[in-house]
Amino acid sequence: MLSIKNLKAGIEDKEILKGFNLEVKAGEVHAIMGPNGSGKSTLASVLAGREDYAVTDGSVQFLKKDLLEMSPEDRAREGLFLAFQYPVEIPGVSNINFLKTALAEIRQYKGLPPMEAKDFLKRVKEKQALVELQVSLANRSVNEGFSGGEKKRNEIFQMAMLEPVLAILDETDSGLDIDALRIVANGVNKLRAPERAFIVITHYQRLLEYIVPDFVHVMYNGRIVKSGTKELALELEEKGYDWIKKELGETIEA
Amino acid sequence: MTNIAEKISPGDKLIAELELNQDSLTGSDVIRSTRRNALKSFSKQGLPARKSEEYKYSPVNRLFQKELSFVTASPVSDEKENSFALAGLDASVIRILNGVVHIPVSGFDSATCAAWSLKSLPKEELSFFENHFAHYALPDTDPFIALNTAAFQDVLIIKIADGAALAKPILIQNITDSTHASFTQPRIFIHVGKNASVEIIEQFASTKKEYATVCNAVSEIVVESGAKALFYKLQNDCAGLQLISTTQVYQHHDSHFDTHTVTFSGSWTRNNLNIVPDGEHCETHLNGLFILNEEQHTDNHTLVDHRKPNCESNQLYRGILKNKSTGVFNGKIYVRPDAQKTNAYQSSKNMLLSDDASMYTKPQLEIYADDVKCSHGSSTGQIDEEALFYLRARGISADSARILLMQAFAKDVVNTIRIEPLRKEIELLIEKRLAN
Repeated sequence: MLSIKNLKAGIEDKEILKGFNLEVKAGEVHAIMGPNGSGKSTLASVLAGREDYAVTDGSVQFLKKDLLEMSPEDRAREGLFLAFQYPVEIPGVSNINFLKTALAEIRQYKGLPPMEAKDFLKRVKEKQALVELQVSLANRSVNEGFSGGEKKRNEIFQMAMLEPVLAILDETDSGLDIDALRIVANGVNKLRAPERAFIVITHYQRLLEYIVPDFVHVMYNGRIVKSGTKELALELEEKGYDWIKKELGETIEA
Repeated sequence: MTNIAEKISPGDKLIAELELNQDSLTGSDVIRSTRRNALKSFSKQGLPARKSEEYKYSPVNRLFQKELSFVTASPVSDEKENSFALAGLDASVIRILNGVVHIPVSGFDSATCAAWSLKSLPKEELSFFENHFAHYALPDTDPFIALNTAAFQDVLIIKIADGAALAKPILIQNITDSTHASFTQPRIFIHVGKNASVEIIEQFASTKKEYATVCNAVSEIVVESGAKALFYKLQNDCAGLQLISTTQVYQHHDSHFDTHTVTFSGSWTRNNLNIVPDGEHCETHLNGLFILNEEQHTDNHTLVDHRKPNCESNQLYRGILKNKSTGVFNGKIYVRPDAQKTNAYQSSKNMLLSDDASMYTKPQLEIYADDVKCSHGSSTGQIDEEALFYLRARGISADSARILLMQAFAKDVVNTIRIEPLRKEIELLIEKRLAN
């Protein structure tokens, strides 16, 4: 489904991704871990199409199409979803209007007729329950006045509404308490399906106790330096990232 | 001969034409004397010069490049007038065509509200009118007020009875035939009686997208004690208009005045909104929204002159500027020594969508009382790129995302519009204007 080959990208002359490779197949859950500054969030941004980043080399195929050639909206319409690390507050744009517009444009892209209002509202209700998001979405602006936990749950709720093929969760666990973490993970697990893949970017192993990955990759200095199964995450938790750095023969930073 | 004529300044030409016509203009002795004094006042002031502080960002010389005459074109045909209708709005409609008032035969409940043109004003109402006319919009304070007072052809006079609560809004359509090089002077006087409540919409419209005509409109509004007036100024369907529109409001104690100035079209627009809350416990809201395109120029000058204690005023202006358009917001607040416990707020936020658009903002607070709460804030920025990316990352096209964000930006003001059909109409107009 997703094939990233030798991806090099950066921001303002600073190269952050330095030859990144990853293959993701339908139904798989990949976790990407790594210390701060290793390029995890840059990877998410480049895949979602954030224009601040320049790709200098490599390729990304998504469903056999060149992802890097597409606008951010077309990536989303093709089925890519990024759960933001810092969801944006958009005063004046109601959650419902936002989702309605997004769904309508995605459906139009796919040549589907607009969704009936009744079906749309039913879906909203159903998916809100999935992430235990109790706020009234009709009267509130996108993420405005939401707590940190509500914002993250709103990301998973949007994911459930849009039913992507590939979801990238960028540090969705950061800033969540243990209950919120369980709710978010629960929502993700309910969305796991044979046709859907996930890339879970996280700093800590904790989230992976709830969302059990098929593969764990350790990212360091702009590329994957070690891959394994879920046991790798436990090993990392135990030994810390310095272990990886040592293994790579690098000096430990103070 | 022609050489001499060319040397005469546009202002002097206007004075010469007015001096010739003074005797043929309408009005009682009192009104004629007011006219003469206004002409003298204009002769002293002249048209605002380039260095004039009040017209610094809106030089008026471009309005007078063509030779203008006070003689107006023939009235606009009925067919044209109807095209300015606001969908779904049930209102009592009065039209002013090139400054001449056309009162409908029906549509007004005489027990609560009366409307006259100056010519049809009953004799028993004359002294009432003379006691107010030109008492608020003072010719000496602005050359365009002076010009209008000297040269108006007609006055729309609206009198809301004490205690009356009008069921329907009043829609004043101020229509200008913009095909002739004329200089029109519509004049309105509105008196809202004690404890009365009224909603008025003043809609500016023009017939063609040609830049020949200049319209210099002056309205005086008196809000008596305990009364509540909502006044909406809608500048749409007036692409060809070059407009100077002065609204002068005088509030008595415990009154409420709530106004919106919404500017979508007009090639050059200057709105002077001057409000004097001259009694205790007045509440005043000044809201403004403009969306400018191409080379449009819109200047909103507001003045709130707090003279008495315990009053509140609140200004909320939002502007969206595209292409090579220019916007100006100049908000003056006076708090006089007696006006203790005044709460006065002002917010002006603008969004520039092009590198060629410009916005000039000037808040002016002059506070002479010590126990007051006053604040102002202004900002001019671009569209929020983070929000734009967030919307696009959910599958919304860049164009739709921009429109959503601009609609959201305008919402602060739109949400305060109380007449629902008008609000819906304005929402539609916003969508249309943002899409092209």
